[in-house]
Amino acid sequence: MATSPKLDAKVPDGALETKWTKYRSTVPLVNPANKRNLEILVVGTGLAGASAASTLAELGYKVKAFCYQDSPRRAHSIAAQGGINAAKNYQNDGDSVYRLFYDTIKGGDYRAREGNVYRLAEVSGSIIDQCVAQGVPFAREYGGLLSNRSFGGTQVQRTFYAAGQTGQQLLLGAYSSLQRQISLGNVQMYTRHEMQDVVVVDGKCRGLIVRNLVTGELERHFGHAVLLCSGGYGNIFYLSTNALGSNVTAAWKAHKKGAFFSNPCYTQIHPTCIPVSGDHQSKLTLMSESLRNDGRIWVPKKQGDDRNANDIAEAERDYYLERRYPAFGNLVPRDIASRAAKERCDAGYGVGKSKMAVYLDYADAILRYGKGEANKNGLHNPSEAQIHDLGIAVVKEKYGNLFDMYQQITGENPYDVPMRIYPAVHYTMGGLWVDYNLMTNVPGLYALGEANFSDHGANRLGASALMQGLADGYFVIPYTIGSYLAGEIRNKALPTDHEAFVQAEKTARERIEKLIAIQGTQTVGSFHKRLGKIMWDKCGMARNAEGLNEAIQEIRALRDEFWTDVRVTGDADELNIELEKAGRVADFLELGELMCIDALNREESCGGHFREEHQTEEGEALRDDENFAYVAAWEHQGEKGWNLHKEELVFENIKIAQRSYK
Amino acid sequence: MAEGHSADNMTLTLKVWRQKNRNTEGRFVTYTLGGVSPDMSFLEMVDILNTQLIERNEEPIAFDHDCREGICGSCAMYINGRPHGPKQVTACQLHMRSFNDGDTITIEPWRAAAFPIIKDLSVDRSAFDRIVAAGGYISINTGNAQDANSTPVPKEAADEAFMAAACIGCGACVAACKNASAMLFVSAKISQLALLPQGQAERRIRAEKMVAQMDEEGFGACSNTGACSAECPKGISMTNIARMNREYYGAKLKSTNV
Repeated sequence: MATSPKLDAKVPDGALETKWTKYRSTVPLVNPANKRNLEILVVGTGLAGASAASTLAELGYKVKAFCYQDSPRRAHSIAAQGGINAAKNYQNDGDSVYRLFYDTIKGGDYRAREGNVYRLAEVSGSIIDQCVAQGVPFAREYGGLLSNRSFGGTQVQRTFYAAGQTGQQLLLGAYSSLQRQISLGNVQMYTRHEMQDVVVVDGKCRGLIVRNLVTGELERHFGHAVLLCSGGYGNIFYLSTNALGSNVTAAWKAHKKGAFFSNPCYTQIHPTCIPVSGDHQSKLTLMSESLRNDGRIWVPKKQGDDRNANDIAEAERDYYLERRYPAFGNLVPRDIASRAAKERCDAGYGVGKSKMAVYLDYADAILRYGKGEANKNGLHNPSEAQIHDLGIAVVKEKYGNLFDMYQQITGENPYDVPMRIYPAVHYTMGGLWVDYNLMTNVPGLYALGEANFSDHGANRLGASALMQGLADGYFVIPYTIGSYLAGEIRNKALPTDHEAFVQAEKTARERIEKLIAIQGTQTVGSFHKRLGKIMWDKCGMARNAEGLNEAIQEIRALRDEFWTDVRVTGDADELNIELEKAGRVADFLELGELMCIDALNREESCGGHFREEHQTEEGEALRDDENFAYVAAWEHQGEKGWNLHKEELVFENIKIAQRSYK
Repeated sequence: MAEGHSADNMTLTLKVWRQKNRNTEGRFVTYTLGGVSPDMSFLEMVDILNTQLIERNEEPIAFDHDCREGICGSCAMYINGRPHGPKQVTACQLHMRSFNDGDTITIEPWRAAAFPIIKDLSVDRSAFDRIVAAGGYISINTGNAQDANSTPVPKEAADEAFMAAACIGCGACVAACKNASAMLFVSAKISQLALLPQGQAERRIRAEKMVAQMDEEGFGACSNTGACSAECPKGISMTNIARMNREYYGAKLKSTNV
């Protein structure tokens, strides 16, 4: 297989360990006086966007940042719970940059680019240093040093955390840096603004059209470079753990202006979420993967067992992850844990009212911690009640906010009865194709964080999203952007009355007017729900050719129906929540088709992409490295559909093998 | 599962504040909503009302919300005279099992001069961002940091800093306060950074600048009634206000920066 000439990944030559350090020292620089004249637009203010915007501003570039929320602090990175990985080896348990690199490549089922992933592992330690210096209150041991825990797919403790609110604390750190740059006048912040289109002139990205969500006004902004840090597209499934406003619009508009979209079928279904409770449900809530450190997952050994969990004796329980994967047990990667839960529920062993749930049980952990505390406190012969209380106190400290959230949502007390959990859409590994510099194939247009495809292959490991978002923003883009901007110092800012801006704004305006003019009979939400059901049923945890072909037809029909029968109330020149939603759902209705096409094209199973036709006898994902060890990069061709370009994945440092966690 | 007292299918009377924009006068509009399940979140209940409004060709109620898991701080509804309603959780985490069939529920936006109305239940909280921009950070450029374990931080200090840092910036403290004071919000950030060794260098100037910005934004004074902390969905403690006062007076005695 040869890589398409349109896809030059620009990974530097040389040994893996020296690629980044060498490249960093040779990448062209922009002198401080020139930086002041170079404008960079950043879309999205989550971990990737806020860290990039603040760091680039610190370097002296003129930065404008945009977010649809009312404050940059509300980007959905805030909701990440469990932690952030870094190869610090503070626990002296054998961790190293190479091991983090290896775990990430293997965890991604050998579908990520070696060079990018190694760099990610290399800069991971600096992220922790930076965050601590910002005042991020990570969990600490009594000696005052940082505490770590384990996450799925690894056998070391390399995850740094702040209770179950790690994303919040990291984002507030990045946000505080961003606010500092705003106060210094180096960043202009545009809240309640949503990107409508990118402006491309002579093949280069030169700016954006954005909509002021309060006044409805369309604005034109010039940029020498544009960074899309707009997150993932999991909300295409309607129900997901994403925020309700999370959307694909920025990436999708870039895609339609020429940026290739890679591996859209790679979606992550997270194994531990609170199950759906009814048709009214608007989102799903994650229970952090960190809970699998101590919790044990089980179902009854008997099908259709209706007894209460606590009435089912130990011998009648099937701890199916521990049974199937003794080496990793409850800490297998997410894709594997999710499929195993689905397998048990589909086979009739599910629990709860809907029977679409499994138990996550803390009874053993409470007992174990309780005994430990009793020993520590010199309690000889403690009573069962004493042990129980001491154990609960420990669990509360580690996971209290998660247990409270569970109780709030379900009305059940998880300290007394095991939690019921089921997989839900959580993260998307696919995204805009980028090279080693994080630049898309459109010069001047970059994608960072979840919005790009580059580091997680076909399955992301827990606590790696925060690492990647901050790596891209703090430590990669500030260097790599020089390789492009050094060549732009002679190019003055383009006046925004340039024809390309006028045209892009006109297209955006016409689309908005069209959405309002349809005045059909069905709500935006009802279309979104129907699309989500198609995607979940046919392009979800398991896919097959027949279902995917059906889904493509159904999505096309739904899209036509949307554009003739959707009802958007209100006007274009005001805060209009239905109009915002309609624009986002219209883009999802296009992306859905591409996800199914990509899933259909990939005649193998890998990571989160499970094609039922391709599995081992034991029901594990069966890759086809000979034919599919490539990144699929889709080129949008208007009405004609998409054209596939392939970037071959070359593994020079890791021996590609069947992934085993047994 | 329901807590018992709320029926599986409730009918509610909702009195909702509707206001087209800042320049138009607002008013309460009363709606009746049936088919409410106790398992719904409060915002999902409003979603259903909104769907019905759209189906009747009326404009849905604008309200801020995003993560719906109690952490982004977007949602901001004054429910039955209390910010976020009766349960000391955000409106998105409030579930309808906390209400009874036949209840009348009044829903208003945050009320504070420093939080001007945008539309219906949506208000402008950018004053909070400006207060943080005034000094709610540690001035450290990317790349300047030393090894993360080179400065041990006593666990107690780290834990206390974390508890202050858990603030989600929703503004319930301001909405709860009869003076519309932002002291709890501001003190949480000042405390977090004052408790950590990393925050010492700018400790004084930070307190001065953030307080000055808070005053400029038009938030009221603190009269120590404690409504802010009582209503805070994240349980941010009043101790932070005491600590902030100490930080502020200490700074004022020693500097003339602001």
